[in-house]
This record gives sequence, C-alpha cells and structure tokens, in this order.
Amino acid sequence: MALDKPYQDVPGTTIFDAEQSRKGYHLNQFCMSLMKAANRERFKADERAYLDEWPMTEEQKQGVLTRDLNRCIAAGGNIYFLAKIGATDGKSFQYMAASMTGMTQDEYAAMMLAGGRSADGNRFIGETSGEKKEPQ
Amino acid sequence: MAKITASVFTSHVPAIGAALDLGKSNEPYWQPVFKGYEFSKQWMKDNKPDVIFLVFNDHATAFSLEMIPTFAIGCAAEFQPADEGWGPRPVPKVIGHPELAAHIAQSVIQDDFDLTIVNKMDVDHGLTVPLSLMCGQLDPVEGAWPCPVIPFAVNVVQYPVPSGQRCFNLGKAIRKAVESFDQDLNVHIWGTGGMSHQLQGARAGLINKTFDNAFLDRLITDPAGQAAVPHIDYVREAGSEGIELVMWLIARGAMADVNGGQPPKVAHRFYHVPASNTAVGHLILENG
Repeated sequence: MALDKPYQDVPGTTIFDAEQSRKGYHLNQFCMSLMKAANRERFKADERAYLDEWPMTEEQKQGVLTRDLNRCIAAGGNIYFLAKIGATDGKSFQYMAASMTGMTQDEYAAMMLAGGRSADGNRFIGETSGEKKEPQ
Repeated sequence: MAKITASVFTSHVPAIGAALDLGKSNEPYWQPVFKGYEFSKQWMKDNKPDVIFLVFNDHATAFSLEMIPTFAIGCAAEFQPADEGWGPRPVPKVIGHPELAAHIAQSVIQDDFDLTIVNKMDVDHGLTVPLSLMCGQLDPVEGAWPCPVIPFAVNVVQYPVPSGQRCFNLGKAIRKAVESFDQDLNVHIWGTGGMSHQLQGARAGLINKTFDNAFLDRLITDPAGQAAVPHIDYVREAGSEGIELVMWLIARGAMADVNGGQPPKVAHRFYHVPASNTAVGHLILENG
C-alpha cells in the first residue's frame, strides 16, 4: 500500500524524504566530500574524473557538471548537501537559490528585499491567482 | 534543584553569522536585524543562565547521510565550531554540561523518547548563530560564551521529521528531567530555526509573514494547538525549510504553563524580513 505523501502537490518543491534520500545517497555523499579542501582541489582539477569515483547515476553526474540544481534535486539531491558544490565554486547561497528559480541573482535579491515570494498562488500545483485548489 | 526559567526562540540564518564575522553588522541591510537583538543581549546579561539547552538542527555538517538521528543530545565536555566549507566561524568553542546532559538523556529515554547520545560533534551555524545573536561577538580564543551549552540536534533535513506534537511532548519530558536534577541550576531552553523560508526549487524565496506572525501568536498563547498543526501546513505555507519551526515547540513544551503553571511573560518579540533567503523571528518568554 502506498504511503500518503501530501507534499507532492506543492509546486516547485521536492521534499527530501526517505525515498529521495535513498536515490540520492551517493550524490549527497559526493557533495559531503567537498567539505575537505583536498577533495575540492581534486574535484576542480578534473570534475568528471572525480565524479567517476562515485557510484552515481549519469543523470546525477550531468546535474553536477552543468550545475543544474533542480536536476540534482530531482535525482535525489538535498539542498544542504548541494550547497557544498556552490561553496566550492565560490558562489553565494543566494546565487544558488536564484539559479533554481530562473531569475538572475539581482532579480532574486530584489524579490527578497521586497518581502520574498508570496505564498498566494504558490500553494498547490495548477493553482492560479491565489485561488485554492484542494487536492483530489 | 535545577529549573527552567525562560525560553528563547530565534532563527539561525547562516548569513547572519557571516555578516557578524565579516564586520557587516552596521550595513543598512543588516542593521534592522541586529537592532532586534539589542534588547536580547542586555536581557542575557540581566538574566544570565547557568546552562543553555539549545535545540537546533545540523545542516549536513556533523551528520552526513551515513547516520540520521532524529533527536541527538550532545553529552561531550566541549564542542568545536564546525568548518562548513569556509573555515570555522571565529567564535569561542562551546563548553558542554555532561552531567546535566547525561541526566536528561537518562530521564527522557525512560519517558520513551529514543535519543541518540553524541559524545563527539562539531556544531554548525544552527547552534553558533543564536549564541552570537544573544551574546554578541566574542573573541574566539580570549572570549567565552556566558555558560555551558547542551546541544540538542533535531533532524529536520530528511523527511519525515518529528511531528510538532512529538516535539511538544519531548519538551515536557525535558522539563521533567531538568527539574529532577539535584544541583541548583538556572536553565534556559532555546528553540531555533525558521521562520518561513524555502531554499530549493522554483519556489525558493517563499516568505509568509501572515503565517509567521500567526505562529508567533499561537506559540505564546496556544502552544498545544500549534503542536497539532501537521507538517504539510508548514511546507505549503512556510516553505520546505520552514519546517524547522517544529523545533520551537520543544522549547515551548518545556515551559511552566504547559504543566499547570502560570502563562509565560513575553519579554521580547521581534520579526523582520529578509535575512538573505529567510524571515527572522525572535521571542523571549519568561516563566512566572
């Protein structure tokens, strides 16, 4: 019997649950390895070779190589782990956050200064103009 | 006898730590954030605790995916500020209180909360940013935090995270444990994390001032009602990382009124948007 996962109808959001964590174990542990300076240097010297040391899927590796964080998250990545790739690149967290939204960093920063992204219109997949659509 | 006299609630945004450490606290962007903690720093001096029981979460720092404890109590004599990829924060090491921590573990586990005992753990911004906000900037070598700290790490990274109800009930068990410790100690319990924020996906940047302020109201006056709110409401309304707010219910559950005492006095309340990607909330509650 399938478990109830009520968070699957939240737009633009992937909840890092036990299933995602299982899928993303090696991807996230690769990210964790970037906590060590020596590993960061080896990764930067030859990203592909470093990734090939990990039993990750090709999709996960491509997500990392293209710095497509949404792709990494879909493949089981978690943002706290993925943030270590951005730190290795010398990028701010806000840069990484903006990259997932399709906005430039300046646009994203301006949105945050103006009070952030409204929950209205962003609660349910398929919702428009702040009108609530209850899940089936 | 040890006694919990107050609870402190605050966000633990890493960018706040970075702003302090890089000397940016007087910049116009950060001034309003730190102004909200001016009262709190004086309050800490006027109400100095003997021990702080500090509820926080680790952010893929001390715990990777090798082990994911739901509740982990730090029983070590000391804890080093973690290197989160940019070098450790320049703050004093954290001195623990192994005797009280071990006593709480003994009591709370017998009350059916299966804590993980941690005797070695570096502590990340989740723990050190609240200390910096409440105690001010201190020299990493010459300075010292005002008292010992018991780190209590909660898994809010991998779902399912503990429910609000379980966190609230755990707070009650912690209160009972503290009050059965024989030494006369003034204990503060802190709940950290939140408020609304989402750090991932196309919905990153979500902030919900209405939800946050309703949460603050209800945490003060109806914590049992707030404890019954399901995860999905936090995710939908306060963002996927807004779920950190369940940790505030642990601290709130340890207050006197939950166990038949008087309602707490609200010594301080503060709310500000934004700090980087996050809404900042802060409360100080004193037991009557």
